[in-house]
Parts: sequence; structure tokens; C-alpha cells
Amino acid sequence: MKLILHIWRQKNPSAPGKMMRYPMDNLSHEMSVLEMLDVLNEQLIVKGERPVTFEHDCREGICGSCGFMINGVAHGPMPATTVCQLTLRHFKDGEEVYLEPWRAHAFPILKDLMVNRSALDRIIAAGGYISVPTGSAPDGNTIPVGKGDADRSMDAAACIGCGACVAACPNASAALFTGAKIAHLGLLPQGQPERNKRALKMVAQVTRELFGSCSNIGECEAVCPKEIRLEAIARMNRDFLAGSWTER
Amino acid sequence: MKLDSKIPSGPIQEKWDRARFEMKLVNPANKRKYNIIVVGSGLAGGAAAASFGELGYNVKCFCYQDSPRRAHSIAAQGGINAAKNYQNDGDSIYRLFYDTVKGGDFRAREANVYRLAQISVNIIDQCVAQGVPFAREYGGTLSNRSFGGAQVSRTFYARGQTGQQLLLGAYQALMRQVDSGSVTMFPRTEMVDLVVVDGRARGIVTRNLISGKIESHVADAVVLGTGGYGNVFYLSTNAKGSNATAIWRAYKRGALFANPCFTQIHPTCIPVSGDYQSKLTLMSESLRNDGRIWVPLAKGDTRPPMQIPENERDYYLERRYPAFGNLVPRDIASRAAKQVCDEGHGVGSTGLGVYLDFSDAIQRLGNSVVADRYGNLFKMYERITGDNPYEVPMRIFPAIHYTMGGLWVDYQLQSTIPGLFVIGEANFSDHGANRLGASALMQGLSDGYFVLPYTIGNYLAAARPDGLDANHAQFREAEENVNRITQRLLAANGQRTVDSFHRELGKILWDYCGMARNAEGLRLALGKIRELREEYWKNVLVGGEAEDLNQSLERAGRVADYFELAELLVTDALARNESCGGHFREEFQTPEGEALRDDANYSYVAAWEYKGPNQEPELHKEPLEFEHVHPSQRSYK
Amino acid sequence: MNGKKAVMAVSGFALFGFVNVHMLGNLQVFLGREAFNRYAELLRAEPALLWAARIVLLTMVILHIWASWKLMVLNKLRARPVGYVMKRSIVSSYASRTMYWSGPIVGAFVIYHLMQFTWGVGGTSHDPKDPYGNVVHGFQVIPIAIAYVVAMGLLMLHLYHGAWSMFQTLGVNHPRYTPLLKRFAQVVSIGLFLGFSSIPASVMAGLIQ
Repeated sequence: MKLILHIWRQKNPSAPGKMMRYPMDNLSHEMSVLEMLDVLNEQLIVKGERPVTFEHDCREGICGSCGFMINGVAHGPMPATTVCQLTLRHFKDGEEVYLEPWRAHAFPILKDLMVNRSALDRIIAAGGYISVPTGSAPDGNTIPVGKGDADRSMDAAACIGCGACVAACPNASAALFTGAKIAHLGLLPQGQPERNKRALKMVAQVTRELFGSCSNIGECEAVCPKEIRLEAIARMNRDFLAGSWTER
Repeated sequence: MKLDSKIPSGPIQEKWDRARFEMKLVNPANKRKYNIIVVGSGLAGGAAAASFGELGYNVKCFCYQDSPRRAHSIAAQGGINAAKNYQNDGDSIYRLFYDTVKGGDFRAREANVYRLAQISVNIIDQCVAQGVPFAREYGGTLSNRSFGGAQVSRTFYARGQTGQQLLLGAYQALMRQVDSGSVTMFPRTEMVDLVVVDGRARGIVTRNLISGKIESHVADAVVLGTGGYGNVFYLSTNAKGSNATAIWRAYKRGALFANPCFTQIHPTCIPVSGDYQSKLTLMSESLRNDGRIWVPLAKGDTRPPMQIPENERDYYLERRYPAFGNLVPRDIASRAAKQVCDEGHGVGSTGLGVYLDFSDAIQRLGNSVVADRYGNLFKMYERITGDNPYEVPMRIFPAIHYTMGGLWVDYQLQSTIPGLFVIGEANFSDHGANRLGASALMQGLSDGYFVLPYTIGNYLAAARPDGLDANHAQFREAEENVNRITQRLLAANGQRTVDSFHRELGKILWDYCGMARNAEGLRLALGKIRELREEYWKNVLVGGEAEDLNQSLERAGRVADYFELAELLVTDALARNESCGGHFREEFQTPEGEALRDDANYSYVAAWEYKGPNQEPELHKEPLEFEHVHPSQRSYK
Repeated sequence: MNGKKAVMAVSGFALFGFVNVHMLGNLQVFLGREAFNRYAELLRAEPALLWAARIVLLTMVILHIWASWKLMVLNKLRARPVGYVMKRSIVSSYASRTMYWSGPIVGAFVIYHLMQFTWGVGGTSHDPKDPYGNVVHGFQVIPIAIAYVVAMGLLMLHLYHGAWSMFQTLGVNHPRYTPLLKRFAQVVSIGLFLGFSSIPASVMAGLIQ
């Protein structure tokens, strides 16, 4: 099959960028979008041109490295799918396909489709953990956790930190990412002692990173490859408000 | 060189206790004066760096990804073993120890494996406390599932994302230390050389993957938790970025490389579909709990699977191994799949595939229970292949997955270079010639959380901080060495891309040193690898510049190392004239086609020493003694 | 940031409550001149209460505007300084994406509304003793009546999203009840539109004279 790619090309963080056109031929519909870029890059290298820089690693949808906008949608047209698992059978022969990097103040572009997402790490560092030094844990079965709580905690914990929620949000808000971690830990008994404080500290970091605020529109939920729900954001809001009252 | 494994004396149950007592301690107030470098931020490296930080050491942690949360441990699906015996089904530390030694086909160190089984229970406790959302029963207790190579249910899991959840636990602990200032993270930074000063590992040279800058970092000890070398085969279940450069360059600086030929083929991966294929996707081994593996009885049967009646199917694992059935260890399941495909029973367009069928399980348990257990795996399968496993059997084929071999370490996890510690998949470790499912996570976390924090203290207590700085001649030499390699790669400016070489190298290895090997093929492979390597340095086309974000250059350096590693891998396979675990030599098999070990001559760890460019490496043998688990032919019938 | 969101939600909630009560009061226009004028008088009967209500409402309006202004500067100017070449929305409602437009326009409308019916400087005839007459005369000017209907449409859009969104912001979300809440927001916002618009529409149609 054929596709006509339009890819954002930018040499470095400070250089201006632009969309460039790359017609592709002889593609197989079983290829992933990333494999298509591999093929393109091989061709570019042989032609002596600069290959397209994009981030990727596990290529099985779990590491969260990959991700860019495809035709205006984070991770492309298939729900619950990262670009590494998005096969070309979801595109029409001859389709024009636009690839753009995530865009947010907190995600500066490094090169082409690659952005810097360290801000997400700093949000976790601010409080996205349970403070339990190695060796100080009681037996695993000491604290029972109801199956419902464990399952819902797991739903939120499935976040891969890809940044699609930020990219899709008109406000470039990191609420879904932050809410997912707060919900994951806050739903477990182990996470209770630091629950409110955690929300305060993480939200403060989100603010420092200049992510936008959540206006509850739900674009993040729609593009999330792990289908994390807006409920997680409500939980963050709740813990934040509770923390604003209880913490001093 | 005499290899001293430093196994403590005494009964096996007390060795670890004794070792811990005998180890020297670093005064708490002095810990911050020691600098430790941890390379890799996966389960092993991340857990170690976090634990060192908690103890008060000054830690620098490096990873090539943009965040430590992306280390490839994250892709482990099925679970983590622990001898908790929560299911009251007869499990014990001793049984986990026994299963692991036996599963490893009697090529692992007993004392290490016993320690691993002991620590397994602490790991679960630690991870639960960190908030890992393990699967639970309705009453709130932890849930278990069974896994290949065991007859008890001892595997703890978090849906099909156990590795992800355990890694996030370690990552969060690590980020807590980053926040407190005890650990400094260096993401997007690749280790490109090890620096040895006065016989001790004293630092590393790194390349900043964004700016291309080469930098030196000094420390009192260096820890490598950089994972395995499965990507030498090009197609594997590893992440695209997983590489062997750190351990390989440490090998070239004097660390011994043990059992490189022990590579694990995972039986349940999605088959290859085309030349452009960049990696293989694993489907968790846990699928074998409820899925039944079969091929058509008739050769070249191209009917759709659902039209093949029951009596024209061959459930070959259940037929050949009635006791373990579809749950035989990975090496056996993989080889059996290769055999039936070689005989012409394979399915799919390439004939390289077998069916993994859930129709019985769906009938017995209903769609919803099956969805609860495997829903996300089924979804993933459908995403990639377009087939719905609820209706059509999955097609699977073995793929390179894990490497049991790695840098040689003693009981303290220290390599043959003092001050260089190697943990997780990067060391040759506790799995012998074959790793059982759900044991890699266990080993990574055991090394990182509970072994290395003690043993590194023992080393540091004897090594005073001395104010060495990065201007030392050895650092200069290492940086120049790295620059030289880069310049050579860029200067070749040939005709072929790095990936095209890598793909060809991988094909050679897969064909001659994959699931089955023989002396003739291995010799052939050796010649082909050398030839291809020569061409590589003359004809590779990298493009771009050294001081820039250059992904092609990153790959070029890694592939350069793979060529050398591939040669060592084949050399080791050729030297081991027996079949054991993941190493199957066709010349050495029983009449029924099972692996035939040679305990009299090959019950040792093969540790190879680098002797210089184009020199034959030297083989050192660490004899293995089995006091507790008596070597027998593994039988899963 | 989250604090400002909470301010938005709480002040929004108060204004939402006011709008509902206001509509119910206004609908008394259908009961005839006498009833409506009596109701208007009643509202002004106790100046202390009236002023208390006005101060609360004004405070809520100021808080709502202040928080949305702060968040808008963050969201629209700072959080994503460079936009996409191509961007598509998948699930979000038109209403939710246009809060920053519907809000200020409704705000401007409110000012005119006060000018017209409270201060009597809206350009239509004004008799403080006869609010009923003011309404009728005001809406007999067709462009004004249409403008009112359009403004109510925007108010409907604003509340279509806002009336459930405030619960989410305050941390109330449940897989079973949130869909009901969204339904509630839709019904109420459409109801408000119909209720409010029925007055200018009726005047234009000559049903109220």
C-alpha cells in the first residue's frame, strides 16, 4: 500500500521546524507505524539525508517511550493503542498522514518527533510513591486489600507515562497522569498515610512545570492507551481538597 | 586466573546469614562519602540505586531511556515467584530452590539459588508495601497462579503487567531518593566504557545521547544492571534499545563473561510476518495455563484451524509430557515447537507457527473468566495480528527472550574486576542453562534490594574514598578509546545501513546458534560472523555527526559490540559439547530427542577472558558442585 | 491551580443555583402583570437581604471570572505556546471546548441585562414601578429579543458542561452516577434555555402583551 507522510522536522530545540512530505510505497498493512518509519529512515540514510528521530523502545505498548500525533490524534486512530502497535491496516491506501510531536510547554521538542518528558518524572519524584525503605515491610498478607480496590488501583497503575493525555488536552494538562498515580496509591491501604500530602505535593509540582489545568473535557481519557478514566482526576481533586484542609 | 566464587561455608540454609554476619559494614555517617555508579534503572539497577540512596550512599544512576520508568523490565508480563506457600500446596523455600536448580538443568550455583529462594519472600512483602497492586482474592489475600516448570502455584502477578508494576514500585522508590538528593539520575545517557584504575573499577565513560558529549564519572564502585544481550539476534522480545555495550566493554576491560551460549527461547511469541519486522512480541507464558498447544496431524494442512476436527490435531506437548503437559519449561516447549514445524506441521503463511487454543478453556470457564485472566493479552494479540483469540486459536512461535549468560560474578555479585558489581540479567546469575518463568523479576529484585546493598558495603568498607578525579590518565584513555570507535564508525561512510548488518548478523545466529546447534553449523557461523564484521567496519553507513542526537550512531556502536559478542557466543556453544537447557546441541540428544547433559565433563561455568583484539579468548572453568539437588535427566513426562 | 479550579466550581455552583431560581421567578411573567410585579416588589421588600444576595452573587461572579482568567492565561497562553498543525477532538463536547468563549459572552450579556432591567439604561423604555411592562417593551425590540435568545443558548452551552464538570472538579465521580450527573446537566441546561427563552419568544409572538 501507499501512504503520503507529512512529518514535523526540527533539527534541535531552538531551530525552527516545519512539516515535510514523504511519499511511501510498498508498505505492508501488517507493519506498525514505527516499522514504516524504520523503512523510511533506512531510505533516508542511504540517500544521505537526516533520518527522522522518534522515540521508541519496547515496541509492545508498555514502556511508554513512543508516541506522537497522527492526523491530529495522540497515538493515532485506534483506541487503547500506542503507535508501536498501530498497524497500517487502519489506514486507507494512499491516505495523507500527518505526524507531529507532542506539544506542551512542559514537553520541549528535542528533535523531530522526540520531546523531553522529564517533567513527568519530577511529578512522581514530588510525591508519587509510598515511603517504605527496603526491608521495612510486613508480610504481604498482613494487610488485606479487597479485590475491587486492588483491581481499581491496578486500572490506574497501568499508566505508562507516555504523555498522550497532555498532548491531547487543549490545555496541555497533566491531570490524568497525576491523577492516575494518586488513584493507584490512594486506593490501597498502604497508600493512606501519605494520601493527602501526596496530592498536595504532586499538584504543586504540576503547577511548577506549567502544565495547564483540567477542564474535564475528556480528550485525555479518549486517547489514553491504557484507558485510564477521568475518575482518577476526580480522586486527585478530592485528595487535594482534603489535603488543603488537613495538612498544615 | 583462579575463579573464587566466595561461597560461604556451612549448611546451605545458613550460608546467606553467615555471609551477612561476616560482611564488613560502613559506618552510617561515612556512607555519604562513597560514590556509587549504577548503570541501568530496571528492576535490578533501579532497586539497587533506590536502596543505596536509602542507606545514605551518594548514587549516580544512568539509563539510556528518557526515564528510569521505561527500562525493559517493564515488559515482563506473567509474574514473580516466591516461596510463600500461601496456597498451602506444598511449596517451600527448598522446593523453589529445587525447581530452579532443576529447571536450570543443573548449571547454576546451588548456594546462589538457595539465597534467591530465601529472599523471594521478602521481595513480595517489600513490593506489597510499596503499593504494587498485585492480584487479590475476594477476601483480600494475595492471589497466585502456576507457571511453567513448577507444580505449585507460587507466582504473584498484577494482571499481565507484573513487570511494569514491580518496576514502577522500584522507580517510585528511586524517584523518592532523587527528590531527597541522595540519587542523581542521568537519563538518556549511555555507558560506553568502564574505567579501571589500579585494578579496581573506578568509573565509567558515558555518551550523552542528546548532545553526543562524552563524559567521565568517577566512583568508588560501579554496578551494572544493564540487562541481557538477546538483541544480538536482532529479532528478539527485548526492547529495541536493550543492548550489551556496557557489559561487553566491561568484558574488554577484564571482567569475565560466563556461559554466553545459554540463551533462552520463549515458546509463546507472535510469529514473524515480514522482513521489515523490528521485534518480536511475547505473549505471556501464563497463557499456557489454560491454552492448549497443537498442530495439524497432517503435514502441510492449510485448512483454517476451526475446520480441523479434534482427531486430526496433535496436542504434542500433552502427548509427549503427560505430567506437565503444556506447562513444560520454556526450552522444552520451544524445541518441541521447532521440531513439529521442521517436520512440516507448522501453521500460518510461513509454516513457522503452532496453535495456542483457548476454546476448551472458554467452554469450561466462560468468556468472562478467560477475559479476566488474559483479556489484555488477547487484546494485544488482536491488535497486532487482526485475529480474535476468543474465536480463532492464536498462532505462536518461539523467539529469543532472555540470556542466562552474562558477566561472571561471585556470591557477592562482584565480577572479576574488584569494585565492579553486576546484577540482574546482566550477570550470568542463578538460572543455569535455562530460566524458569517468573524467575527473572525475582532475581532482579533480589539482587537489587536485598543482596547488593549488603555486599557492596562489604567492598566499600575496605576501600577508602581517595579523591580520585576524572582527569586521571585512565579516564582520558577511555574517553579517547570511545572517540576513536565513534570516528571509525562515522568515517567508514559505506553503502549499508547499521540495521541491515544487524539483521544479517541476527539471521546467522538464529540459523546456526538458535534453538538447535551443531558443531558444523557453529564453525560455519563463526566464519560468517567474522566476514560480516570485517565488512561492517569497511562498509557501514552511519550518517550524521558524533556531537548530536544521532540514533543511527547509537545503534552502530551497539552493533559493533554485537559482532564480537556473537563470536564469543558461538565459541562458547562450540566448546560446550553437551546439551543442557537453552543450549541444545544436536549431536548430544537422547533417542527420544531430549537434551543429553554431560555432567562428568561439563558441569562447570564457562567464564571467558578477553585477550585483546582478534585474539582467542581464554576459557576459565568454575566447577559446579551439587550437594542438595542431585543432577538427573530432567523429566517432565 | 487545583485551588482555582475549586473556586471555579464552587462559584459556578452558586451562580448555577441563582440562574435556576431566577428562571423560576421570571416565569411568573406568564401569570400576568400583577403577579409578576408583585414578585418583583417582593424581591426588593427587604433591602438588607437584597444587598446581601447581591454582594454574594457579585463575589461569586468576581471569583468565577478571576479564577477563569488565571486559568485561561495558563491554559491558552503558557501551557502550550506552539499549537498543532493538525488537531482533532475525539470525544469532547463543543460545549466543553468553548467555555472560554461562552463564559465572557454570557458575562457581557449579564451586564446589558442589568443595564436594561435594573438600571434602566438599556435603551428601551423603563418604568421602575412596572417591571412587567419593561419586559414586554424590552422584548418588543426584535434584535434585543433575539440577542437574549442567543445569549441563553450560550448559557445553555456553558452549563451543559459546567453543571456536571463542577462535581468532577470537587472530586465527585462515580462510574454509575457520573453519567446520570451528565444527563442532569444536559436536561437542566436545556430546560434553562427553554425557560428563559420562552419569555422573549412569547413577547415576540405576541403571547405576552
